[in-house]
Amino acid sequence: MASINAKAASVSFRNVTKIYGRDVVAVDSINLEVAAGTLVTLLGPSGCGKTTTLRMIAGLEMASRGQILIGDRDVTSLPATDRDVSMVFQSYALFPHMTVLENVSYGLKFSGFGKAETRERAEAGLALVGLSKFGARLPSELSGGQQQRVAVARALVLEPQVLLFDEPLSNLDAKLRRQVREEIREIQQNLGLTVVYVTHDQEEALAVSDEIVVMRNAAIAQKGTPRQLYEEPADAFVADFIGEANLIPCEILTVSGDQAEVGIADYRQRLAARAMAPGPARLAVRPSRVRLDADMAAPGMAARIVKATYVGSRMEYTVEAPFGTLFAVLDDVTQPLRVGSEVRLSFAQNGPVLVPA
Amino acid sequence: MRLAKSESAAHPVLIFWIIAGWVGYAVLPWYGVEDFWEFRWLADGWPFYSDYAPAALLIAQGQKLWLAPMLVALILPLLVIRRRKSDDLYGKILIVAGGFGFAWLVAQGLGIGLRGFTAPWLVALFGELGDRQFGMGYGALLTASAFLFLFTQGIAARGAVNGDVFVTGAIGGVVTVVAIFVFFPIVKMLGAAFVADGGGYSGSTFLSKLFDQRIWSLGCLSGGRCGVAWNSLFLAVLVGILTTVLGLVFALLLTRSSFRYKRALRALTVLPIITPPFVIGLAIILLFGLSGTVTQTVADWFGITPTRWIYGLPGILIAQVLAFTPIAFLVMIGVVEGVSPSMEEAAQTLRANRWQTFRTVSLPLMRPGLANAFLLGFIESMADFGNPLVLGGNYDVLSTEIFFAIVGAQYDQSRAAILAFVLLFFTLGAFWVQRFWLGRKSYTTVTGKGDAGVHPLMPRGLSVPVYVVAGLWGAFTLTVYAYIVYGSLVQLWGLDHTLTLDHYRTAFAVGWGENGIRWSGSAWSSFWTTIMIATISAPLTAAVGLITAYLLTRQDFKGKQSFEFGTMLSFAVPGTVIGVAYILAFNVPPIEITGTGLILVISFVFRNMPVGVRAGIASMSQLDRSLDESSLTLGANSWQTFRAVILPLLKPAIVAALVYSFVSAMTAISAVIFLVSARYDMSTSYIIGRVENNDYGLAIAYSTALIFVMLAAVGLMQLVVGRTKIGRRGAAGMGH
Repeated sequence: MASINAKAASVSFRNVTKIYGRDVVAVDSINLEVAAGTLVTLLGPSGCGKTTTLRMIAGLEMASRGQILIGDRDVTSLPATDRDVSMVFQSYALFPHMTVLENVSYGLKFSGFGKAETRERAEAGLALVGLSKFGARLPSELSGGQQQRVAVARALVLEPQVLLFDEPLSNLDAKLRRQVREEIREIQQNLGLTVVYVTHDQEEALAVSDEIVVMRNAAIAQKGTPRQLYEEPADAFVADFIGEANLIPCEILTVSGDQAEVGIADYRQRLAARAMAPGPARLAVRPSRVRLDADMAAPGMAARIVKATYVGSRMEYTVEAPFGTLFAVLDDVTQPLRVGSEVRLSFAQNGPVLVPA
Repeated sequence: MRLAKSESAAHPVLIFWIIAGWVGYAVLPWYGVEDFWEFRWLADGWPFYSDYAPAALLIAQGQKLWLAPMLVALILPLLVIRRRKSDDLYGKILIVAGGFGFAWLVAQGLGIGLRGFTAPWLVALFGELGDRQFGMGYGALLTASAFLFLFTQGIAARGAVNGDVFVTGAIGGVVTVVAIFVFFPIVKMLGAAFVADGGGYSGSTFLSKLFDQRIWSLGCLSGGRCGVAWNSLFLAVLVGILTTVLGLVFALLLTRSSFRYKRALRALTVLPIITPPFVIGLAIILLFGLSGTVTQTVADWFGITPTRWIYGLPGILIAQVLAFTPIAFLVMIGVVEGVSPSMEEAAQTLRANRWQTFRTVSLPLMRPGLANAFLLGFIESMADFGNPLVLGGNYDVLSTEIFFAIVGAQYDQSRAAILAFVLLFFTLGAFWVQRFWLGRKSYTTVTGKGDAGVHPLMPRGLSVPVYVVAGLWGAFTLTVYAYIVYGSLVQLWGLDHTLTLDHYRTAFAVGWGENGIRWSGSAWSSFWTTIMIATISAPLTAAVGLITAYLLTRQDFKGKQSFEFGTMLSFAVPGTVIGVAYILAFNVPPIEITGTGLILVISFVFRNMPVGVRAGIASMSQLDRSLDESSLTLGANSWQTFRAVILPLLKPAIVAALVYSFVSAMTAISAVIFLVSARYDMSTSYIIGRVENNDYGLAIAYSTALIFVMLAAVGLMQLVVGRTKIGRRGAAGMGH
């Protein structure tokens, strides 16, 4: 029985720029290193250049400037056919006129394998995604999730140096998404594949990645592990994009060592200074790190509940505070705060981060 | 509001059709008047003169008593006016009344003709009638419609298609007109094929005529002549293959190359569509005929005696390929563009090179397009009448044989019917083979969302021949058109090449007489008839086509598949067959319209309807169904939705259907040649007549004028209807 091995290789971008037409800059001079055997996610809003970056790795778009390496090999000017990369498309791009097995065998046919080995490898690929019995079907006779897995198998059996995913879950329903993304992560880790993964869903990115690259306006905004990005966002954009932080204008009053004293109106809090100097800044606070206290003697700012929503596992509140409105999530569902009631607003000790104004 | 509306007792649509039924029965002339568009009968003895009298007055005078039972069907619906829709009796009464009325009307129409009962068994049953009736007229038409729509309202009330009155009515209407104007004539024609020489029906005569050596002989394999059926089949297969390949070549050039003059190319390929097909044949004669330029030049250079080699298969083939390639191109371009770029990109990332990608992915996905293009070329070639007539020489094909069987000295209706039967057999066979070949496989991208990317360029090994072929074809087409214009300006081709405007003068002279402008040119009469018929039939075609497309894409009902098959069938029926079938079917009561302008209009509507349907389906399936649903939930009914939401979004499809049906009504010849009359002569048949008299100059001048008129008309129509940009791009954009 054939098995699927990885020939995982690293990917590096050196000052890569992509310009469409005369002056539409889709990717602006980015540098990127993807270590072999890791899963790196390109995350960002639509139009940020993440898909273009992915397609440049695949060889479907050619870089206008700069250098792209896969492993040690310079592939900058190689077309897709000649790169050892395969890709799972957003629409899956399964060939509708071929059966599932023919689809999975397709790339093998052009990779110099004999008939018997092609078949063996294709069947191993289908077995890996749990679709052994579906080889004779047409793609149109499969469910969305199954089609997605065929697309993965088709890309996997080539044992590519790099495997690319272009928003692979966007055509699946919410429940299936969680399951399929776990499967993808599991296969990647078991086989030690190098994977570059594009998505605009921050939760998906946090769940599957070794490293996340957040992109904005054709450039890289920040890269790091999921925890780094969530807990130490470099700026307001990243803080907002990952975890929907409340961005509260504040003043850094004093800095002593690595600690800073921050003031919002008459409220004071001490937290990590992150090498910022006194002056105006913004405080990024996750909704779950907001505290609301009905006891008016508690420390904090005066605020008022404007909206309260029960969503089962927790309560969601919109709060009116001196600096504007704020979104908060509280775990206490048994004694919810009433709309219109006055509360004391403060923030958890861990969690809020200072970002530049 | 809506609740109140549906609960109120008086239903405006119902009342309208009840009144219409009575008007048709008791006011309008029941039988056909001389000319559908003229109203001289109003002052000419109506309502009492029996030729113009309404049915009710005829019965009152004791005539045509077989029309009386319909009174029951007209009275019954009066009982339900006060009832509610949900009432069980409401639906039942309407179904019974409408159904019985319609059935009786049809039965008496078919059963009693010009010579009393039409079939011997009716005479045996009821005895000699001693009376007769003519074709149906306004009254019968209106009353029949009333019965039909009362019936559909009945089934709607019983819950068909969610009780939607508009949709059931539309289905009923389309089914009925297709049955009357497509199926009925063909069945009638098949019946005529069984008529023996001495009258009466005979199966053995049918078989002996069907397997006639003149049709099926394989003599050409051993040096003799082949039967017309094989000639037609061979020609059509060749034309189908060549036009498909050429169509593919142009589609590839337009979508997968960096060719710079794509617009010019598109214009060039559209040109033949506004050209009457046989005009190409005329230009071919000017080029390659005995005194053609090319023939003469070659003869001078090499000292060969000029021959008539072009007359026969080579000439027809060249002319038809030139004429029908644009049609194949229009089919192919949609399919080639429709192959999702991500399919080809996926193949590339799976290590297939450009050529392998093209061969294993792009080409197979274009298969439906290839099949459709071939089918179109095949059918067009089979049905083409003008080119074989002009260029055929001794190479007889079915369409010309049919024509000579009907209009020639032999006047043999049953032979014409048998030849038409063979022709129909071939085209329907091709239709069936195509469906079989496409099989169960799916050729559409499985999920629709999120396909960016661009089509890759063709592999180099392919692009070189593509450029060469396209270049040659382009040059040849330009030459042909230059020769058409040149030929129209030459005194007498082959003998006297001095430039002159004489031919235009003969055809289109205009003078001033006592009563203003005098259209003294010989072509004016047929020209105005053609414009009138084309102008009347274009909007009708678009309407029938779009309503059918709406039903097919937007509504679910039982028998939808056979409904679709039926409406597309007329597409596989060659014009020549329609022509023969129409004169056989509509020469006698109950529908007696041969020799009128009406029969031309009707034949165009049903010949061109499939194109309207296709155009409508193509653009309607791009409009999300939720648009209709939101309109419906906002309180509009399905007719209001169709009018206020779907129609405005369909402007491009409407333009396409209008332009196509107008243009093809002006260029058509195969069905037309059978249906024209002295009073209603069409341009194309007039020109063919000139050609038969060897009056090439006039024929070509007239054709050239037609081409320019059509160019102007197409441009004008686009201006009037206006252009809206509602494409797929916008719809896709919403998803992001």
